[in-house]
Amino acid sequence: MMGNTMSLVSAALKEGRVAPTELCQRCLSLIKSTKFLNAYITVAEETALKQAEESEKRYKRGQPLGVLDGIPIAVKDNFNTAGIETTCASNMLKGYISPYNATVVQKLLDQGAVLLGKTNLDEFAMGSGSTDGVFGPVRNPWSYSRQYKEKSVPKSHSEDKDSNWVITGGSSGGSAAAVSSFTCFAALGSDTGGSTRNPAAHCGVVGLKPTYGLISRHGLIPLVNSMDVPGILTRCVDDAAVVLGSLAGHDPKDSTTIQDNFKPFELSDLTDVSKLSIGIPKEYHAPGLSSEILALWSKAADLFKNAGAKVIEVSLPHTRYSIVCYHVLCTAEVASNMARFDGLEYGHRSDMNKSTESMYAATRREGFNDVVRGRILSGNYFLLKQNYENYFIKAQKVRRLIANDFVKVFGSGVDILLTPTTLSDAIPYMEFIKEDNRTRSAQDDILTQAANMAGLPAINVPTALSERGLPVGLQFIGRSFQEKQLLTVAKWFEKQVKFPMIQLDEVKRHDHGVFQHQKSASFLEHRT
Amino acid sequence: PYKVVGLEIHAQISSNSKLFSGSQVQFAAPPNSLVSFFDASLPGTLPVLNRRCVEAAVMTGLALNCSINKKSLFDRKHYFYADLPAGYQITQQRVPIAVNGSLSYSLCIDNKMSQMVTKTVRIKQIQLEQDSGKSLHDDVRSQTLVDLNRAGVGLMEVVMEPDMCCGEEAAAAVRELQLILQTLGSSQAVMAEGQLRVDANVSVHHPGEPYGVRTEVKNINSIRFLAKAVDYEIERQIEELESGGTILNETRAFDSKLGCTVPMRDKEGKQDYRFMPEPNLPPLILYNARSLPANMNHQQVVNIDWIHERLPDLPSVKRAKLVEQYGILPEHSFTLLNEAGLTEFFEDVIKQTQMKPKKVIGWILNDLLSYLKQHSLTVKESPVSSFLLADLLNRLEKKEISSTAAKQVFAELWKGEGKTPLEIVKEKKLQLIQDQEDLERICQAVMAIKSGNRKVLNKLIGLVQRETQGRSNPVLVKQLLEKKLSE
Repeated sequence: MMGNTMSLVSAALKEGRVAPTELCQRCLSLIKSTKFLNAYITVAEETALKQAEESEKRYKRGQPLGVLDGIPIAVKDNFNTAGIETTCASNMLKGYISPYNATVVQKLLDQGAVLLGKTNLDEFAMGSGSTDGVFGPVRNPWSYSRQYKEKSVPKSHSEDKDSNWVITGGSSGGSAAAVSSFTCFAALGSDTGGSTRNPAAHCGVVGLKPTYGLISRHGLIPLVNSMDVPGILTRCVDDAAVVLGSLAGHDPKDSTTIQDNFKPFELSDLTDVSKLSIGIPKEYHAPGLSSEILALWSKAADLFKNAGAKVIEVSLPHTRYSIVCYHVLCTAEVASNMARFDGLEYGHRSDMNKSTESMYAATRREGFNDVVRGRILSGNYFLLKQNYENYFIKAQKVRRLIANDFVKVFGSGVDILLTPTTLSDAIPYMEFIKEDNRTRSAQDDILTQAANMAGLPAINVPTALSERGLPVGLQFIGRSFQEKQLLTVAKWFEKQVKFPMIQLDEVKRHDHGVFQHQKSASFLEHRT
Repeated sequence: PYKVVGLEIHAQISSNSKLFSGSQVQFAAPPNSLVSFFDASLPGTLPVLNRRCVEAAVMTGLALNCSINKKSLFDRKHYFYADLPAGYQITQQRVPIAVNGSLSYSLCIDNKMSQMVTKTVRIKQIQLEQDSGKSLHDDVRSQTLVDLNRAGVGLMEVVMEPDMCCGEEAAAAVRELQLILQTLGSSQAVMAEGQLRVDANVSVHHPGEPYGVRTEVKNINSIRFLAKAVDYEIERQIEELESGGTILNETRAFDSKLGCTVPMRDKEGKQDYRFMPEPNLPPLILYNARSLPANMNHQQVVNIDWIHERLPDLPSVKRAKLVEQYGILPEHSFTLLNEAGLTEFFEDVIKQTQMKPKKVIGWILNDLLSYLKQHSLTVKESPVSSFLLADLLNRLEKKEISSTAAKQVFAELWKGEGKTPLEIVKEKKLQLIQDQEDLERICQAVMAIKSGNRKVLNKLIGLVQRETQGRSNPVLVKQLLEKKLSE
């Protein structure tokens, strides 16, 4: 049952086949036994159980709040949660207890969701591995899957079985791992340059980046205000649609959300794709793209073609400038957003008290890791009066060009773009850390960044296992605010590929109960 | 030498809540009691623009003859300081809400307010921005105390071009701006409460030569000090240059005790504020009647024309109306508007009396106002109400008392013992004796003492007055005496 989709579990709750408290307990104990994954920074056991109890009362009364009532979820630790520590995996906010809930957190709680805890990330969401937070790296659950173990060749007998674990990708690695290892049924991540889609691909889960302005950022501790969006991680596309429905809509507390009314939708089963036009952007055949993924991408294109869809090659010519453009704009905003961390009002404060300036300097040196400090320095450099025109303004113009690439392509009749999400499957941690954060981010973000620059919705759909037995996903990018179309196509694709369920021993040990017989089947069951 | 004075004025917007958050705006509240999560820069909080602040800025822009930018932008201005929690201030550096206006103000040529000249200063722009908190340095305990109540309060920065040439002009311009803001209600503009802050930019140069290096003068706490600070700085610069020195482009503070400007300690070199667009606020779009979309909910937008139609009469218009309506002198209208509540008082009295406004104004400006000033009272605190004064003036008009007597009554009323003019007149026996027979008898009695000499007519009148303790109507007495003398 733990491996089931949210919609199935929700049905089980409604029919009384499982109780919210039981579900919550199972998740909590699975979290404990998968502690080595380091997916969670804070587990809110007491409050979660209380929430589960409240949910149970509602179900008994026959008055559940909705599909999310009683569903255990996890939230990336850069979202404010009242009364629960919010750290952003940084020394700067260790011990920081926010007095308010982010809008998206509040919405989930209002729907009766059970908040299990806060998940691990790269410090302040800067990174593509979930390896650079102060609480240590997150381990990809697939490192411990039968599929991976079967394929991996041990280098020596005495080798520690743990040493070749692979990364989750990032920066929302904790959330992706939490969903992937069945400790929760949905998780919130954030996506600024690919931080939800990247770990989703590596962990074999669905990762949705909604259109900028659709979901409120109030309470999401910002990385790049003009690109950040809350991300949704689930085990299937239908679940993502459900969570999206409960989160989207105008928030008066966030002036960048659109005013239009949002209508939650249910995804229909697409049967006829002949009217669909799929674009394959040639620039996404990026340097470093593994031959495996290239082949998978090609196979996916053929899948659509054979089903009657129009599949054409398109061009997004400014793609290659997106990394430097992103670097300038991201670091500039980071320098600005991090200026508030001075130790005065909240967070870490250094003992240095000779003067205000020295206190500020020491606090920031002690509170931030090298990655954060590096970006602050770069950003401040680009914002200097003598540099502003050449860097910031220029980057804004390039950003406009990148966004226009998409406008042109979508304007020419293409409905959805199909691209890889990552350059390869997840690499071992020991290999990943050989290059620095900046290099890695630059490499890994190339396929996902442009959607953030243009504010477009994009989704990772787990597609197949690599030769090493690790997940590989493909990405769909849609038109602004056309999540319904995007998810409909993604759902169709998901159904075609039948991505296998992870075989985790830990989960098996916990999973005694109602759905035992479904353990080995594909999780893409028909809904009751 | 030519003296060049420009001003940067920060006016606190009169609104219930702050520019980007819902916390209250209130003077002298307990420290850190009016601080929202956003004001404290808690991570994840976002700015939400306060509509009332936008309207205040539009009103002010219109009153200052500015072009209102239908699209304006917000920016971040970065610097580190204890009273700036976010490490940046949200302001409008690239495209402010209003530009290219003008302000007319008047000066008296001499000190007697009898000759006024009108001057104009160009308004470069008006921008919306956040106020900072307050920090108090406690050197004894080596600590800084930070109060964020003021952090985030809305400000209008009004930039006046260097069209002024001395302290008096600067003071008059600021005074007029203050009156305009108070009339609009967009700011209460009380300098003592920090609602109006003025920084002066001063430089000097010889005619025909380029502008000199300018200094910025801060810490000016009243209009009077503004004039002093500007004049001092001008002199200081002239003296410095004439003795072969140079002027540094620096910031100086005005020391009101010493009456001079001194360099400010903590400005080390030029600051690079690393301006960046504020990404959490979309461009501010304003509409007018023409550009307003048909189906737009008018509560969701700010309509410049709608605001324009509802602007109250500005001080210059009010003054002109007063002069026209009541026949008073222009200088009078200035004094009336300069004192809070005085115009209303004046008009209230007019409504309740038959005395001509031209005469009433004398009582208002010479008697009432001087008493108020002597006792440091505001019009609101006046022990003499408009009703009482009108009553008094009516009796004077009806010739029930002489003007000398009226002054005496006024002095009595000022004690605020609750007596009416009539009561005071009776008590002090100040009524004019109007009855002819009475007066005839008195005159005859007096004449019985002195011989009927024409030359002493006036002396006789004086004697009659003395006899009657000033209550006799002198005109009537003269008539009667003459009649008697001619008999």
